[in-house]
Amino acid sequence: MQLQTQTRPRLLSVLVMEDRIDAASAIQFKERMRDLTQTADGRVVLDLARVMFLDSSGLGAIVAVKKLLAPDRVLELSSLTPTVEKVFRLTRMDTIFTIHPSHEVAVSHAASA
Amino acid sequence: MRPAPDLKASVQTLHLVFAAEPDAVRDGLARMMALPPLSGLSDDDRGTAEVVLAEVLNNVAEHAYANGPGTVAVTLVPVGLGLDCLVVDQGVAMPDNRLPAGKLTAGPGTPVEDLPEGGFGWHLIRVLTRNLSYAREGGCNRLSFTLPNGG
Repeated sequence: MQLQTQTRPRLLSVLVMEDRIDAASAIQFKERMRDLTQTADGRVVLDLARVMFLDSSGLGAIVAVKKLLAPDRVLELSSLTPTVEKVFRLTRMDTIFTIHPSHEVAVSHAASA
Repeated sequence: MRPAPDLKASVQTLHLVFAAEPDAVRDGLARMMALPPLSGLSDDDRGTAEVVLAEVLNNVAEHAYANGPGTVAVTLVPVGLGLDCLVVDQGVAMPDNRLPAGKLTAGPGTPVEDLPEGGFGWHLIRVLTRNLSYAREGGCNRLSFTLPNGG
């Protein structure tokens, strides 16, 4: 599970370098995210631009990361591809997460908040 | 010499058997998605098919074969307005011989600590398919459903 991070003041960006987060990789994703977010503070923006496929295990892992960060930190998402967006919408998880149309919007949103 | 394009490819039936465990499911899905009839669907329908098949196959891996390894057979048959799918395994039966309800437990306003980390799979299967049916026959689980085009 390749994740690329970028640290700004009060903002950690994580770009998922894999094309899927699925049952075969969900646990690894969750563990990597827990490790990466331990040393930073502030918001975490997960950029899913390269993720073409997400199943319920992958969705559960993203929810788990949000719960790990709560209550002091938030997990936001950006750049959902069509199938990933559909999974979030059909499970109503689109109402639980702040979802930005692009990573740039997510960063500027965080900077102005 | 290149083989002539197969004009019947879009109406071909696909039958695949593979091990029901996460890495093999991922590989099996990738093979299926690259072959007719799934390869001929619109991007949107392919995405839907991949989500449904992944959920169904991972359920087989995690629940039907929770006690040990086994194989799963997938048959996809193009029908008028979609794809008829049959998934057969020799694992343990569904609890009470019926399909889980797949009710969502969270929505707008659910506190973060109460968010579920699972239970999305059957909801996705139910909303994305038609004619969903389950039977326990001869020691096999037989799950059938239709993936509608433009669904």
